[in-house]
Amino acid sequence: MEYLIHLAILFSIYAILGVSLNLVVGYTGLLSVTHAAFFGVGAYTTAIFLTKSDIGFFSSLIFGIVIAVVVSSLIGVVLSKFKGDYYALGTFGFNTIVFAIFLNWQNLTMGPLGISGIPKPELFGINFANNFNFLVLSFIFLFLVYFFSRFVVNSSFGRVLKAIREDEIAISVFGYNTLYFKLIIFVISSAMAAVAGSLFASYITFIDPSSFQLQESMFILVIIILGGLANLRGSLLGALFLILLPEILRFVGFPSGIEAQMRQVVYGIILILLMLYRPQGVIGEYKL
Amino acid sequence: MKIIETKQLVKQFGGVYAVDRLSIGIEKGNITGIIGPNGSGKTTLINLLSGVLEMDSGEIIVEETKKITRISPHQAYFYGITRTFQNVRLFEQMTVLDNILVVVTKRNVFISLFEKYTKYHYKISEEVLKKVDLWEKRNQLAINLSYGQRKLLEIARTLAMKAEIYFFDEPFAGLFPEMRKIVSSVFQELIQEHKTIVLIEHDIGLIRELCDYVFIMDEGTLLAEGSPESVLEKREVIKAYVGE
Repeated sequence: MEYLIHLAILFSIYAILGVSLNLVVGYTGLLSVTHAAFFGVGAYTTAIFLTKSDIGFFSSLIFGIVIAVVVSSLIGVVLSKFKGDYYALGTFGFNTIVFAIFLNWQNLTMGPLGISGIPKPELFGINFANNFNFLVLSFIFLFLVYFFSRFVVNSSFGRVLKAIREDEIAISVFGYNTLYFKLIIFVISSAMAAVAGSLFASYITFIDPSSFQLQESMFILVIIILGGLANLRGSLLGALFLILLPEILRFVGFPSGIEAQMRQVVYGIILILLMLYRPQGVIGEYKL
Repeated sequence: MKIIETKQLVKQFGGVYAVDRLSIGIEKGNITGIIGPNGSGKTTLINLLSGVLEMDSGEIIVEETKKITRISPHQAYFYGITRTFQNVRLFEQMTVLDNILVVVTKRNVFISLFEKYTKYHYKISEEVLKKVDLWEKRNQLAINLSYGQRKLLEIARTLAMKAEIYFFDEPFAGLFPEMRKIVSSVFQELIQEHKTIVLIEHDIGLIRELCDYVFIMDEGTLLAEGSPESVLEKREVIKAYVGE
């Protein structure tokens, strides 16, 4: 039971990451591979504040969101100038830079050693060290993120995002300054990733840079492509499947020495098969 | 009144002048044709006037007073300019209805977040889609329409804009006679509403039939201008089209 709760918490964290990345990749058509950077910004901010001050989880979460908003606004302006493949390369570069900062800013991030002993949240006398309580907390955030995202994509704003994805020149001729739309959705998405990061840091109680490298961004990308681009429920489905996949693979019985590596191989195979036979994912509404 | 003019407008691509010191004026309420051989700069001219391309030098004057030397794509809308594209550019993986709604809802980033669409927006969409006979297909993805229907949807999209100046880049090319009739009647309605139409077209018959005034371009410059009857007989026009 305890283990199921653990999986459910991981699911909700990755579902937040998936839903938020889908806003940028699935709806706006910007192939971003830098989501783990903002996941990391949220996680590190929370970890640093919780271990070095006593401001509490929720204040540190807010700080994480604020920093993610500032950083994503700045880098978003630069990224908005890139188109297509160049956008993907630009985000790739940014994720690499952020990873390097986590790794090398030793005074702040403890470098490769990581930050340990991150306390669990406590609020109104409820202690979230209890995993079930934490599950409730992470589900509340998932609901908030999901319904806010749904609100965004169902609005006129969301319709413009899709039009940008389909033909940016055409939609700008009809009077839209696409720069603002791309920037704002990128900032919203990054802020949500920071929320996931805060939850992650205080749940696992230990973080190090390896959780926020490019590979992690790719993993989130696989979640949304598998589940379905431009479909929020698809991202929930993708997160559920990929969190459960290691458990499923246990029954396949790979030798224990190569189990972890085989998991990576399976992710790769899934991605290739999807691109070949179902580029819009399981319930997606947009083909890359 | 000249609703839109160019003065010494220049656009180069790697040393080649696509539009070369072009000065023309387009009369309000007219259908003005622009003809010329392939590569003569017609589409480049429209791209400059709608902000899709940045001009190198010269200026654009809207309604005789607003002088423009730089225009971004999203600004064309504020000058009352709208257009279709030679190679149809729809929002393909969106429904037919959304293709229209997206150009009628609020432009402001923050206001658009709190708006889905209003009855008013829906009514405009219904009206323009019915005009081009696509209302029944409103819930289909644009990508699933036939070539002719795609062109009509693009025209409907410009109608929804309620603009003052409409640029149509070869709207008749590849259309069945039935669909051509729809486009012609759309033009008629626009003219009745005192809108201005600029039409790029290769079919000389259509130019004679529809246009009040014609500009003939060749190698980025103006070769001749005038009423269709007077211009289309000129020797240099025939030469530019079919050679000696």
